[in-house]
Amino acid sequence: MEFSHEELLAPGHRGCAGCGASIGVRLALKALGRNTVVCSATGCLEVMTSPYPETAWEVPWIHVAFENASAVASGVERALKAQGKEDVNILAIGGDGGTGDIGIQSLSGAMERGHNFIYICYDNEAYMNTGIQRSGLTPFGASTTTSPAGKESFGEDKPKKNMAFIMAAHGVPYVATASIAYPEDFMKKVKKAAEIKGPAYIHLNQPCTTGWGFKSEDTIKMGRLAVETGAWGLFEIEHGEFKVTYRPEIRKPVKEYLQGQKRFRHLSDTEIDRIQEFIDNQCEELGI
Amino acid sequence: MRKDIMTANRAVAEAVKLAKPQVVPVYPITPQTTISEYLAQFVADGDLDAEYIRVESEHSAMSATLGASQAGVRAFTATSSQGLLYMHEVVYAAAGMRAPIVMADANRAISSPLNIWNDQQDSIVERDAGWIQIYVESAQEAFDSIIMGYKIAENENVLLPLMVCLDGFILTHTVEPVEIPEESEVDEFLPPYAPDHAFLDPATPMSLGTLADPAYYTEARFDMNKALMDSASVIEEVGAEFGEKFGRKYGLIETYKCEDADIILVAMGSLCGTLRAMVDQFRENGDKVGMLRVRSYRPFPYEEINEVIGDAKLAVLDKNVLFGIGGSLYADIKAKCDTNEIYSFVLGLGGRDITPEYIEEVLEITKNPQDKEVYWIGLKGDA
Repeated sequence: MEFSHEELLAPGHRGCAGCGASIGVRLALKALGRNTVVCSATGCLEVMTSPYPETAWEVPWIHVAFENASAVASGVERALKAQGKEDVNILAIGGDGGTGDIGIQSLSGAMERGHNFIYICYDNEAYMNTGIQRSGLTPFGASTTTSPAGKESFGEDKPKKNMAFIMAAHGVPYVATASIAYPEDFMKKVKKAAEIKGPAYIHLNQPCTTGWGFKSEDTIKMGRLAVETGAWGLFEIEHGEFKVTYRPEIRKPVKEYLQGQKRFRHLSDTEIDRIQEFIDNQCEELGI
Repeated sequence: MRKDIMTANRAVAEAVKLAKPQVVPVYPITPQTTISEYLAQFVADGDLDAEYIRVESEHSAMSATLGASQAGVRAFTATSSQGLLYMHEVVYAAAGMRAPIVMADANRAISSPLNIWNDQQDSIVERDAGWIQIYVESAQEAFDSIIMGYKIAENENVLLPLMVCLDGFILTHTVEPVEIPEESEVDEFLPPYAPDHAFLDPATPMSLGTLADPAYYTEARFDMNKALMDSASVIEEVGAEFGEKFGRKYGLIETYKCEDADIILVAMGSLCGTLRAMVDQFRENGDKVGMLRVRSYRPFPYEEINEVIGDAKLAVLDKNVLFGIGGSLYADIKAKCDTNEIYSFVLGLGGRDITPEYIEEVLEITKNPQDKEVYWIGLKGDA
């Protein structure tokens, strides 16, 4: 696959060393090109890329608030349509909190209305911008500052909300999951999302060095482990047709993924077994 | 030009049709609802060439309106009460991002208790958002204020959103005669929107709505404050130009028999119609009373008010309350104007009719005040 050498998210932004979100945006913009407008939700990405008077964005970019990236994108899409600029890609982007928690209403509305735009959720599985608080997409067993492990707690006690299937239930033409550690797979999906008319949703797994607690050079390694253990599955649902886009030949035990991260370090073997069982079931359901 | 009878909501919709916004995201709420219905029908019939977005909430209505405005088109929305409060966050953002949006607010009380009837508490909540706020007295003025609104908001020295506040039911659902000018005349007065400032365009990428740290934030707010103050002269210029073209001139305030008045009744919105009639009645009884209507609440026209009030006693009638303070118009006049004696009257909350007897009571108290400035008019029993 051809990779564009053009960087549309400029270096010098304030992301942490090893930031997975910036890798995700770089790849998405390489797939979409310059003829793109980005609508960001409040979050890590917005804060680290737009400290006035500097900006890392080489494409037009707008941020309004936390929960409304999809609604802002709805207005932008119709305004560009009204001006005959229907060829412009519109990318709305939010974190797991901005997408699955506080932003789910505006996202659902935009999906149901059928706006021609792409929504990417960069999922680092907690509110990282405010310092690692639990979101509805924090996985079972993760210790966060608001779901901390302790004498009476093993951390987050609910499984992760399944946003891809929630979006698919809207009947939108394209839904996919992706990982920053599988750039070709991700970029192909972004291109497909841009080509398909109507709303597209891509849920991007994005390891976070600070929030997950691993070395900054291991971001991609951690993303790969998520997929190779089946903790994160790669699939797409195109016009209702479900397809796994990557299937690890031999699924690694989830322990290999969990033990490399501080957020799971407190887990006992019993809890790890429980997570393994959960992942086995999930992979069986997905056909991974 | 045609003359028809219609509600103020219909007048707003007719004005929007002639102002030709390209994107209209709206969410229905009583008593704004018929605005969203009329506009939907105009689009369905091909009479308004706009993208009508059936958003899932008021928060998204303002968000989509702001997104559209920042993408370089004229945009309109309308709301009321709980809807305005729900979009509150984005109302502030729209002003901060200097988006020349025009919004109609059908003034309605806010919860709790739930109440769908008129007072002005909802838009008073937004008075510090950085929006221009125009309170209208009639359906005709609602129509005219929407047309003028875009011309004011889009002025390069202003670039702030503008809210046209019309009293729920009293105006929104009451039919009055309204003159609708020819499309060509409105086109001449209000040409298509062609922004010079930043908007979303891949040919010239810009970042909008960025983070500003303590080194920059204050200046952004200072600039907004200056733009809002500067908008006062633009409101007057546009109001004068409108008057020349359409025969109805508008300014920041309107006065009625204030020249020799010992007592001036001060208020905003449809209540001023009642006050005008009461002024005549009071004068027949020998009381030299005048009426001052604040049309532009933001920017707050304290210089214009100062020029009118002289040594007259002021009775300020507010359909809102700042708890522990009195009415908001009273508080602002007290803070910014050279007043002699001033009294605050909180009344008409949650749609309670403001009867001539209430105004007589206001006059009586102003003539013979007790040892306090703030009065609630029409309270029942021991409440």
